[in-house]
Amino acid sequence: MSNLRWLLMPALCLALAGSLLADEPTAEERAEALADAEQEAAPGPTDGLADDTAEVVRQFASSRWQDVRDAINALAELGDADGLPVLLALQDRRLYYDQDERVLIEDPLDGELRDAISGASVSRDGLELSEPPLTNPIRRSLRPVIGQLQIFSDDVNLRRAAAEELADRPQAAMLPQLQEALEQETNAEVQRLLRIAVARLQLDADDPEVRLDAVQTIGEIRSSRLKGTLQNFLRTDDDGEPLESSAEVRQAAQDAITAIERREQMARFFSDLVYGLSMGSVLLLAAMGLAIIFGLMRVINMAHGELLMIGAYTTFLVQNLFALHMPQFFNFYLVAAVPAAFLVTGAVGILMERGVIRFLYHRPLETLLATWGISLLLIQSMRSIFGAQNVRIVSPEWFSGSVQLMQGVSLSTSRLGVILFAFFVVALVWLLMTRTRLGLEVRAVMQNRQMAAAMGISANRVDMWTFGAGAGVAGLGGVALSQIVNVGPELGQAYIVDSFMVVVLGGVGNIFGSVFSALGLGVFSKFLEPVTGAVLAKIFLFAAIIVFIQWRPQGIFALKGRSAED
Amino acid sequence: MRQLFITRIATLHSPLGWLLFALLVAAVLVLMPVLNRVVPPDSFFHVPNWALTLMGRFLCLALVALALDLIWGYTGILSLGHGAFFALGGYVMGMHLTRNNFADGGVPNFIQFLGQSDWPWFWVPFQWFWFTALMILLVPGVLAFVFGFFAFRSRVRGVYFAIITQALTFAMMLLFFRTETGVGGDTGLTNFRTLLGFSVRDADTRLALYLISGLALILSYLLCRFIVTSKLGRVLTAIRDSESRVRFTGYNPLRYKLFVWTLSAMLCGLAGALYVPQTGVINPGEMAPAQSIEMAVWVALGGRGTLVGALAGAGIVNGMKSWVTAVYPDLWLYFLGALFVFVTLFLPRGVVGLFDRFFKRGGQA
Amino acid sequence: MSDKGAGRRLSMQSRLGTLAASGLLGATLAFGSTAQANDPIKVGILHSLSGTMAISETSLRDVALMVIEDINAQGGLLGRQLEPVVMDPASDWPRYAEQGRELLERENVAVIFGSWTSVSREAVLPVLEELNGLMFYPVQYEGEESSRNIFYTGAAPNQQTIPAVEYLMSEEGGGAERFYLIGTDYVFPRTTNRIVRAFLNANGIDDDAIEEVYFPFEHSDFQSVVADIRRFSDAGSTAVINTVNGDSNVAFYQELANQGIDAVDIPVLATSVGEEELRGMDTGPLVGHLAAWNYFMSVETEQNEAFTARWAEYVESAGLPGGSDRVTNDPMEATYIGMKMWAQAVLQAGTTDVDAVRQAVYGQCVDSPSGFEICMDEENHHLHKPVLIGEIQADGQFATVWETDGPVRAQPWSPYLEDSKDKVANWRYPWVCGDCTEPTHNLDF
Repeated sequence: MSNLRWLLMPALCLALAGSLLADEPTAEERAEALADAEQEAAPGPTDGLADDTAEVVRQFASSRWQDVRDAINALAELGDADGLPVLLALQDRRLYYDQDERVLIEDPLDGELRDAISGASVSRDGLELSEPPLTNPIRRSLRPVIGQLQIFSDDVNLRRAAAEELADRPQAAMLPQLQEALEQETNAEVQRLLRIAVARLQLDADDPEVRLDAVQTIGEIRSSRLKGTLQNFLRTDDDGEPLESSAEVRQAAQDAITAIERREQMARFFSDLVYGLSMGSVLLLAAMGLAIIFGLMRVINMAHGELLMIGAYTTFLVQNLFALHMPQFFNFYLVAAVPAAFLVTGAVGILMERGVIRFLYHRPLETLLATWGISLLLIQSMRSIFGAQNVRIVSPEWFSGSVQLMQGVSLSTSRLGVILFAFFVVALVWLLMTRTRLGLEVRAVMQNRQMAAAMGISANRVDMWTFGAGAGVAGLGGVALSQIVNVGPELGQAYIVDSFMVVVLGGVGNIFGSVFSALGLGVFSKFLEPVTGAVLAKIFLFAAIIVFIQWRPQGIFALKGRSAED
Repeated sequence: MRQLFITRIATLHSPLGWLLFALLVAAVLVLMPVLNRVVPPDSFFHVPNWALTLMGRFLCLALVALALDLIWGYTGILSLGHGAFFALGGYVMGMHLTRNNFADGGVPNFIQFLGQSDWPWFWVPFQWFWFTALMILLVPGVLAFVFGFFAFRSRVRGVYFAIITQALTFAMMLLFFRTETGVGGDTGLTNFRTLLGFSVRDADTRLALYLISGLALILSYLLCRFIVTSKLGRVLTAIRDSESRVRFTGYNPLRYKLFVWTLSAMLCGLAGALYVPQTGVINPGEMAPAQSIEMAVWVALGGRGTLVGALAGAGIVNGMKSWVTAVYPDLWLYFLGALFVFVTLFLPRGVVGLFDRFFKRGGQA
Repeated sequence: MSDKGAGRRLSMQSRLGTLAASGLLGATLAFGSTAQANDPIKVGILHSLSGTMAISETSLRDVALMVIEDINAQGGLLGRQLEPVVMDPASDWPRYAEQGRELLERENVAVIFGSWTSVSREAVLPVLEELNGLMFYPVQYEGEESSRNIFYTGAAPNQQTIPAVEYLMSEEGGGAERFYLIGTDYVFPRTTNRIVRAFLNANGIDDDAIEEVYFPFEHSDFQSVVADIRRFSDAGSTAVINTVNGDSNVAFYQELANQGIDAVDIPVLATSVGEEELRGMDTGPLVGHLAAWNYFMSVETEQNEAFTARWAEYVESAGLPGGSDRVTNDPMEATYIGMKMWAQAVLQAGTTDVDAVRQAVYGQCVDSPSGFEICMDEENHHLHKPVLIGEIQADGQFATVWETDGPVRAQPWSPYLEDSKDKVANWRYPWVCGDCTEPTHNLDF
């Protein structure tokens, strides 16, 4: 079993890579930074706005999107940081105006209304509040202006958020301010972002030196987003004359594009690999329980998908329990869901085994029919209890968001978590099978039932616990699935065929064969997908598995040993 | 020779068996049409058109159960992929019907989605009925032959075989779901109008289709009965009970298995082809693994290894499904699920086994 | 069946017809309805309660039962109670045909409310035409169809997707120049995107600025395609038109958020994501993205307040699973409108006879929860509907960011497609044409 060690290696590498490369702030961090800005910029009740700023702020009292856009741009021109609260309120849908076109801000903390200009509290009585329009195009002009007004903030986090926004959407009019900010800036990261913003704006400067500088700066960061911009430098006009007059600049642009493309290729390969591992680990978690129940016990459990589903619903119930009774620990419901799902599905499994399956051990193909019936019963029960619709599962905060593994390759935290969790489950099963008395007995019974019984092992009891453990492991798969797919009564149906494929391909009876076949299938299909598309990739895989089984009927890892066929 | 053949046919059943058989045939081919056409509509005994069509479809499904029983019940090969053969037969018929819809020119929307304004090459010969009729048997037959040849040669058996047949039907389903495959994608083929110049929506055509389905089932039943009571049938049963011993005795199981497997797939294709004009739609959903599992359940429920049992199983499950989904739409899955569990636990020999035990008689086969 | 002149006059004064219900009771007898005067009127409900479509269709069954309860509480129609006949086609398309047939032939229902997917509708269609049944179909769909036996109460493409594309191209909507069309591989996305492509081409957007990809149902791994959207958007202002169905959306939006695609940069406009779908999702990653519908639960009108309040009350009294989490959505509103319309038409026609009721449905108007008076077109079996574009909010509701001035007339046959632009949908008695270029005179119904 020493292969386990190098199974865990990739996981560790991934985790390490994740933590090293995750220097980009996440969306949450940005949101927090903005919330901080709020506090900093919130006007005291006695502050008033300068007259020209007040004039502009009044323009927000309009239902026409053009007015709002113009007002934002006018505020940008004034460059008055006192206008910031209005913009932040607009961004969070807390900006209103009343029937007298008075612009009002709702305080995010106490929910009170304040006049945007005088800062005085306003009672809601008798007010007919309307909201100025807020659409994506308005946000598109709003965000850089907020960035521009915040770039001189004392808080480095705010400056970083602002610089990031500016690097994304720099606007020509801001150039002098950006240059000024760049000169004053002390933080390296903010400097880098500002340099990008400035470089983007200087790409069409008149001085070729400045352009060259700008192109080189962009070449250094190798951002795919700017590839199109750089390609403009290589265009020619109708007469075949290059649009860019300086040969040096053209060369620099060409070099930068080559660098970007090299990086893109690498990113694509790496992302296929990572996404493949991610898909493989989902398959693995879905199939692990079946590897025990079908692989070791040879029970064709058609209700396997429903065990996954029960695991997912258990997660849902645990989540609700936490939300109701201990909201302060809500973020940890997932941790509690793991043992809960194991126990609940394990119990369901033991019930199944005791109630139905133990009578059918000598008729393996018939367990197929009985478990199919059980799966129908389980699906319909869930539908009656929870409804046919999906239930809502909210990922805990630490489990949402994403990790940037390299530029252009980011993996959601939940998928990374699933990869790690898959290895945790494999380790768990390995420990269970090799380090516990039950595991020893299970292996004994599976190898030779009569002999094991003669040695004093109660095969009957071992069957029950093995089935229970297999079901429990399926439940763990359900916990993982609940975080990445929808939880509904039909959840399991999507995984049943895939799970059987994984186990058969890996070699029935060899749990760790399943690990290889699951990860292999995932990676293989992700490398196929760009060429063939998702569906054909899957069809090819199935065809390949069918052919493979003809060639090696016992799967990748055949069990060694001699046994008569009949 | 002719004399011999007739004597051989006569031994398919005991005299009592033949009497029961004749009664059933009469009920299907004579009584039902009479009740539909002659008995006045307000009479208690009147069989309305919808019920006739429904029964016509049950007859097709019974044919599937028969085909499945031949290889599972008698030869011991469980296939979880018979839905694919059924659907292929259906698709062949559906393609012909679709061509009929566009006899005056034009192409269906799924061809347009591919940016084409003319039929792809593989659609062209389906404008001829004779070609279609041939393909109904050939397409499933050839697929089954190739698949079976490799699987049986590598001695893929039992659970493994069941699972790779499931993979087969699943992969086929994915393939047919793609619009690019060119046979209608998710919607499949539908909205049929004419078959051989007759409107498929016409009551007379429906009656004719019902009768043809009935006839197809009866003839297939006799064929299967002929096979299982012949020497070939003994070998098949021997393969089911112990394949290695059959091999050691000097037989090559591959040939026997391949023959009966291909025949079974062809019967399924025929069933599908008759099913489609009566339902009015064929789509890849028919290839879903769940459908194939259900087919196996019909056989198990009726009683494996008895042809009558397979027929009964198909009738019972589908009849119940039709009835319960209408009366207790929220509860029918409970009924169905509980029925499967109950039957596997308590009726290992199916409903027919129950009857046998009841009457203390020997089995049919 | 009904007198031609009277039919037209009545349909134009549909309100009057409603008021004159008691007077028309006598007409029922005069028309010689075959049913007994006090027998209940059977109403077929053909929605999947199990299988993959149960997630969407169950609530349509529920809302239909609610409306029937309401009508019965007011004394039923023509002095007769309504009796729902609910079937479960189990997301199996042939069963829609089978059970549609049973509803019409065995149960003799007066009308069917049902079906969600286009394929299920197409499966029942031949049965309806053969037996001259009447069905109300409540879901937005791809058009390119017109049947005398179906009333389409959902949106046609020009009542949903086309206005949405126009919005995205406008300055107000962000001035998109490139379009990424992503959908589930079935007839609705394929046809819709074909129309969208033709529309874009007609508006100066070339094929190289349009990308079209499809995924199978329940596909949940969008990592590669989202990376591709990102690359596609590098070349210019991009919008995504999302016709992905049901469950897959969660994975898709999550992946968008993971790869840092923000609605501000690349807005994703969905045509199949409504309140019911959002209920099972973690809405965080979706906030700011768009959806186009004809109704939102968040619409602030008196009618909607009454509708949602009644729904909440019904959910509680019927003890439906989900309880207070249950929402209303566009297809539910469309079912509601369809049932009201049918009920009014029955009162006006004084009979449940299909031909008479069909004539009476033309021009029938309902005060809808969306706040508009929604009317059935006089000719084409589609509703005039307003188009709303909403932004997804964190609470799973929509904030309307744009709407049409009033209801828009449906174009079942798209004027942008070469092969359908000359087709006419006109079922106005005695002119009949559903799938042809010229109305044909046809008196023998």
